[in-house]
Amino acid sequence: MRVIPYADVVAAVRRLCLEAAIRLPADVWEALRAARQREQSPLGRRVLDEILENDELAAREAVPMCQDTGTAVVFAELGEDARVEGGLSQAIDEGVRQGYRDAYLRKSIVADPLRRRNTGDNTPAVVHVELVPGDRLRLTLLPKGGGAENMSRATMLAPAQGEAGVRAFVLQTVETAGPNACPPLIVGVGIGGTFDSVGLLAKRALLRPVGERHPDPYYAAMEEDLLEAINGLGLGPMGYGGTVTALDVHIEAAPCHIASLPVAVNLQCHAARVARTEV
Amino acid sequence: MAVRRLTTPWSEEVVESLRAGGQVLISGVIYGARDAAHKRMVETLERGEALPVDLHGQVIYYVGPTPARPGEVIGSAGPTTSGRMDAYSPTLLAHGLKGMIGKGYRSAEVLQALRRHRAVYLTATGGAGALLARRIRRADVLAYPDLGPEALFRFEVEEFPAIVVNDAHGGDLYAEGRKAYRRVVLA
Repeated sequence: MRVIPYADVVAAVRRLCLEAAIRLPADVWEALRAARQREQSPLGRRVLDEILENDELAAREAVPMCQDTGTAVVFAELGEDARVEGGLSQAIDEGVRQGYRDAYLRKSIVADPLRRRNTGDNTPAVVHVELVPGDRLRLTLLPKGGGAENMSRATMLAPAQGEAGVRAFVLQTVETAGPNACPPLIVGVGIGGTFDSVGLLAKRALLRPVGERHPDPYYAAMEEDLLEAINGLGLGPMGYGGTVTALDVHIEAAPCHIASLPVAVNLQCHAARVARTEV
Repeated sequence: MAVRRLTTPWSEEVVESLRAGGQVLISGVIYGARDAAHKRMVETLERGEALPVDLHGQVIYYVGPTPARPGEVIGSAGPTTSGRMDAYSPTLLAHGLKGMIGKGYRSAEVLQALRRHRAVYLTATGGAGALLARRIRRADVLAYPDLGPEALFRFEVEEFPAIVVNDAHGGDLYAEGRKAYRRVVLA
């Protein structure tokens, strides 16, 4: 059994908070540059120019690209032959506390959903732990802003509604979100599982690099079809009208009950921040 | 597309001349306020008391910036979702507010109030918080310091870039833009 020191996890999470806030992953950069090339609306191109300039400035000067530095959503893959001294959740929260403080990120978490007192340090993080073979700890931080998260939706379809029902729900969700979710978007779609697990599937879909298709050709084709349909909605960058509404669509599917067809759409704005490390 | 340079406060004449889809660069003083400050301003007016600022001709920016680093004016400062201010905006427009800057849709009530009170709704690029912060030359808490990041701010801006989405004549860039590029019909 490998014992991972508490301080190593804290330091890793702290660093991920800073990195994610100021620097987009390479795949998102490339997708935004490609979008600038193919956008047909002049106003849409102006928006994409501003976004690219903003993101370059943020990385160069180490300032957050967006003022909404988000909920710290952490995906932890913990090796079955490892444990974190002092507790994994505690170490992640301490890393978030230090990262959001030291990088001057906005603290956006309230302790209670109705009484709304800010915790002041952006904790607690939302942590998803998966046990995997080995003795390593892989950490992925997805800082999720409120604008796009608020426009995300889940539903329980009837199995008879099938692929057409899923398609209609995804398009309707993107259409309703419009400019509020800060397009161009990455659209995470979860299909199957249960009511509680389908939202997590949709969020996990956001972790896949832009441009990478689902390994199953059936879902890969559905992703491409949905991407084309979403871009046909005409919303465009920031919803001013245009041909690039989404950079990509990622579907994750899971087995489900014979009576059920759960679907969730987790929208991700163009500030698609993800940072990874291994401890 | 020509870009208009505008200085605050705005006269009725300036507002009337703006059209949906127009690009503007705003200089002068604008006020920063989001959910909690809006609630407090409207409660103040409902009690018949005066606001900390005379809103006539003024512009409000919906923003919740990141903390400023030592020696800097402000942190990252892009627009927040405007729809959350919909419940309060008609009251502020009735008290002379001429412009609102945010991102996203407004309610039918706000659009109606824009026409009735001759005002405009503008947007700045969502997420461009690093870029937009550079156009804010000075930032001070004007009132409600107890609200922290949601206090009422006074900003001095120089060539702050915004786009007119809803004008005083019923023009709507979101509706017009989408129509121009739409290829898919939803069931």
